Amino acid sequence: MNTSLVLKNVRIIDPSRNLDETGSIVIGADGVILAAGAGAQNQGVPDGASVRDCAGLVATPGLVDARVFVGEPGAEHRETLESASRAAASGGVTSFIMMPDTDPVLDDIALIEFVKKTARDKALVNVHPAAALTRGLKGEEMTEIGMLTRAGAVAFTQGRHGLADTQVLRRAMTYAREFDAVIALEARDPYLAVNGVMNEGLFASWLGLSGAPREAELIPLERDLRIATLTGAKYHAAKISVPESADAMRLARSRGAKATSAISINHLSLNENDIGEYRTFFKLSPPLRTEDDRQAMVDALADGTIDIIVSSHDPQDVDTKRLPFADAADGAIGLETMLSAALRLHHADRVPLMRLIDALSTRPAQIFGLDAGTLKPGAKADITLIDLDEPWLVSKETILSRSKNTPFEDARFSGRAVATYVAGRLVHSL
Amino acid sequence: MVSFPHRHLLGIKGLTEQDITILLDKADEAVKISRQREKKTSTLRGLTQINLFFEASTRTQSSFELAGKRLGADVMNMSVGNSSVKKGETLIDTAMTLNAMRPDVLVVRHSSAGAAALLAQKVACAVVNAGDGQHEHPTQALLDALTIRRAKGKLARIIVAICGDVLHSRVARSNILLLNAMGARVRVVAPSTLLPSGIAQMGVEVFHSMEEGLKGADVVMMLRLQRERMSGSFVPSVREYFHFYGLDAEKLKAAKEDALVMHPGPMNRGVEISSEVADGPQSVIESQVEMGVAVRMAVMEALLLSHNSDARAEGWGA
Repeated sequence: MNTSLVLKNVRIIDPSRNLDETGSIVIGADGVILAAGAGAQNQGVPDGASVRDCAGLVATPGLVDARVFVGEPGAEHRETLESASRAAASGGVTSFIMMPDTDPVLDDIALIEFVKKTARDKALVNVHPAAALTRGLKGEEMTEIGMLTRAGAVAFTQGRHGLADTQVLRRAMTYAREFDAVIALEARDPYLAVNGVMNEGLFASWLGLSGAPREAELIPLERDLRIATLTGAKYHAAKISVPESADAMRLARSRGAKATSAISINHLSLNENDIGEYRTFFKLSPPLRTEDDRQAMVDALADGTIDIIVSSHDPQDVDTKRLPFADAADGAIGLETMLSAALRLHHADRVPLMRLIDALSTRPAQIFGLDAGTLKPGAKADITLIDLDEPWLVSKETILSRSKNTPFEDARFSGRAVATYVAGRLVHSL
Repeated sequence: MVSFPHRHLLGIKGLTEQDITILLDKADEAVKISRQREKKTSTLRGLTQINLFFEASTRTQSSFELAGKRLGADVMNMSVGNSSVKKGETLIDTAMTLNAMRPDVLVVRHSSAGAAALLAQKVACAVVNAGDGQHEHPTQALLDALTIRRAKGKLARIIVAICGDVLHSRVARSNILLLNAMGARVRVVAPSTLLPSGIAQMGVEVFHSMEEGLKGADVVMMLRLQRERMSGSFVPSVREYFHFYGLDAEKLKAAKEDALVMHPGPMNRGVEISSEVADGPQSVIESQVEMGVAVRMAVMEALLLSHNSDARAEGWGA
């Protein structure tokens, strides 16, 4: 854009400054925020600036989604960087962290550079690659953590895979500490959860499906947290699903672990009963838990024990989902619905709006050291403009992601992103 | 007679006491047909039944085949190997192919729970679940109920002890549902490693000792324990399993004197049941096989005659 932009009469919610006030956001021609707040309302409008009256809308720092699976390279029929970025923009997400579970696996600087270059050329939003923690995600040899960090990897992870070998994990964490790298892992015990395709319990028993007990998450999480404490590395629990895991996070932090955690929007919105008669779009890892678990996790998000919300956007095709439940792939798309589903927690008075936006933007940007998550003067103008009450219905026809495996098909939402700006440029508008 | 209000038989879940009674009454009639010299009727003449078995089962498949033939239907058997890498892909692809041949009923067995329900969404004809993974095996539960009802005159308040590998058993799940719907009292007897999570909330009383679990039982229903589950993974050994949970004459004494002994077959003699008991006077295992044909005749007739051709046509292209 050549001219500058002013968003006026907008309710600004900026968790980085704990700011919730109505005012203006002034964006310079270089895509940087010049001023944002009530004070900016009375400042003059720069010459040639376009002015948007945002009365009734909320402006937040652009959302940051720390867990997104993309099919590029290797499975472009499911999702490309370009299609994922369009889905992100329409959901108000201005930055996302891409998981390394691609084909080939993102375990080499050339591949990190490929992703960064492709994203720069084609993506509407900021894409930050996470690199594989071990070569080929095999869990045996650590990758070039230092060079990958320099190349732009913002986290190290095993993606969908776990890491069984505690010696490998300890060395990787010890080494990663020197580069201040974040290690993000999903906790899943390969033995306890071996055949588990949904939450263990009565419901799974009636369906004749093997269950994964909560201990299959808790045991490796507690193990990882011990090693994080031992090594002093930055550890991020990529997806927790049961309140016992939140307790483990609290305890580990009290012992000095540099540990943070995330929950997927699915686990804040849905429970195991949504599986109904073998609906594979609800087959997730970790599995959807009970309603009591969901409620407790909402509380843990509200009080900050769980730091962030992720979409865990995982595009799957008909060929991996239109199968008997146990044979179907895990995962659901979520970039386009994360914000709206999260706003349900605001409308239900369960999580304050400030905390929600913090969990969706400011906090993930802090954890992964991204230049995002704030509307401070001088920051890049990544902004999500939200109508908190706009009613809409999710329909398969309007989904922008190349894959349609949403667990929110036909869901009715109140509130969505009406416009998304990345560095001052409009990338989505209703 | 009230007609059977369901399009498919995917499980016992969702059936009312009345639905089950309709099927059992019809099956009683079918037993008479099967005992005549002239066993073939024209009830389903001109209709096509396809048995689609992704899991090998000579007994169940033969039973369904005979049931269809006795009703005058054209019966085709399709056994699809279960070894291919993507079983599910085969399932949907095969279903679509068969659907194009316009069958009137598909009888399906598959190793994955929910497979029959998935298939029912994709085809235009009636679907009968002949066993889907560890989920349900409704015709087995119906034939067990018929066997019990004919021997005891009723199902209400009958005490049934289901013994053995409940965890992996679709037979147990369907039986628990059916017997509860009919007002019977259900017990399960097994080591905890062979019981599903949440079993106590499934409408059963849980026992870990045969002596206690069989006390006063009207029916002792044994389940098959698969060989790969016997040596250390779920129970320590065949010897230990038989010692504590195998049904022999001594353990059977705890049940009522006239208690029925049942087994869905095929039996592992000396593992879950001794030959002495399996072949003894209280055993109704052979009768179960006979009732199997009758129940399957009843199910097929109920599904195919209660829906007119318009109702079936609606499903085309769905």
